Amino acid sequence: MMVDALQELLQGLFGSVFPLVWALLKIVLIIAPLLLCVAYLTFWERKVIGWMQVRIGPNRVGPWGLIQPIADGLKLFLKEVVVPTGSDKRVFVIAPMFAFAPALAAWAVVPFNDTLVLANVNASLLYVMAIGSIGVYGIILAGWASNSKYAFLGGMRSAAQMISYEISMGLALVVVLMVSNSLNLGDIVSSQARGIFADNGLGFLSWNWLPLLPMFAVYLVSIVAETNRAPFDMAEGESEIVGFHCEYSGMAFAVFFLAEYANMILVSTLTSLLFLGGWLSPVGFLPDGLLWLFLKIAAVLFFFLWIRATFPRYRYDQIMRLGWKVFIPLCLIWLVVVGCWMMSPLNIWK
Amino acid sequence: MGSMKEIFNSLLLRELFKGMSVTGRYMFARKITVQYPEEKTPQSFRFRGLHALRRYPNGEERCIACKLCEAVCPALAITIESDQREDDSRRTTRYDIDLTKCIFCGFCEEACPVDAIVETRIYEYHGETRGDLYYTKAMLLANGDRYEEQIAADRELDSKYR
Repeated sequence: MMVDALQELLQGLFGSVFPLVWALLKIVLIIAPLLLCVAYLTFWERKVIGWMQVRIGPNRVGPWGLIQPIADGLKLFLKEVVVPTGSDKRVFVIAPMFAFAPALAAWAVVPFNDTLVLANVNASLLYVMAIGSIGVYGIILAGWASNSKYAFLGGMRSAAQMISYEISMGLALVVVLMVSNSLNLGDIVSSQARGIFADNGLGFLSWNWLPLLPMFAVYLVSIVAETNRAPFDMAEGESEIVGFHCEYSGMAFAVFFLAEYANMILVSTLTSLLFLGGWLSPVGFLPDGLLWLFLKIAAVLFFFLWIRATFPRYRYDQIMRLGWKVFIPLCLIWLVVVGCWMMSPLNIWK
Repeated sequence: MGSMKEIFNSLLLRELFKGMSVTGRYMFARKITVQYPEEKTPQSFRFRGLHALRRYPNGEERCIACKLCEAVCPALAITIESDQREDDSRRTTRYDIDLTKCIFCGFCEEACPVDAIVETRIYEYHGETRGDLYYTKAMLLANGDRYEEQIAADRELDSKYR
């Protein structure tokens, strides 16, 4: 009702450019809460890691430290962006945007429930994967434009890591595509509502995570490596290794930082949609809804923080070994196994 | 057989789950952070903080300018000059401690035969400009006058171990 009234009002105001205004409004409605979530994810991370290390985390700025991310942002805004001599200035400035923009652009096709989606395209998963790959450009351009050998090597390292894990991530997704028979994220979610368990009110056992458990594990580890998070954070590695953004300061650095967290939220959302049944309710007697999706995203994000607080950093050659020698063969084998399963009379995805 | 078990364990991520259960448990453990300005850790009476020069109850300064503290100071933070006073007793004319050099080892306190130079429990002090932490004789004596009660109580507690 409210939406219809607003739509009519804006139509009268803007006339022929109304569709553009309406689309922009929807984009703002997605991006603005997303940026707020990114800011508070940094805060939540510091809190959770603090608790796990028997500390209490930031609690000085505002009640329970709730204003902390705003103070951090303000500090980074006020700092100078140092552009190194000999760097390619235009590329140097554009690189962080290249890293950040895909993390936002991918939200265009993310469905929030069966009707609520900005652009309901049929190949939405393909779009997300394609847009996600652009993020690598940001990293490699940042390393190259800095005119510093350390940043350059760091950029190469991170790019190689992200590309390697994109393969195992993609292969895990291929298995999901096979069983749900669709590239549309909305259809993938609704396909998880079918099954013996779902019919008996135990929906959460029918979601993709259980029948595809090995792929779920591979996917979870791959997204951690893909977003350059601990224990695969060779890109940052504060204590021992120099990363691609070592020449960046102030807001330019902050944009890389935001990109990392925005990417975390994005891949957590994808995990929820592809493996954890999106907005579907885990049990039959509770209604499906937006809230379930948010809860699942929060749970996956918490998992990100939990493993950061737990595991020591991988060595670079170990990261590559895990990606190429363990995950990719495992994915290929499981692809064949699921294929055979689907062809056999035991197929549960009909 | 052993290697099979190893492969099985690593594929099931057994050790990873073990590690996560540890951090998961500690997340709910009692936090040990001391929130400094509001809460403070208990202090020993032997705490070595800001220096002070003491006086006898009759107001006479204790220091007899023997310069043992100056000699023992490993950081060479103490500078002493002495002269005869009108009543022919030997006293310091200059007694400076550069707190930026001092390493708070407590050797000056140990070396002093008359308990004149002491380190107090005070650790919340600061300097705002260059030279603020260069303490002269007057400043050290003022410290002593100000904290004498606490200093005396702490020496009393420590006396049975000396």
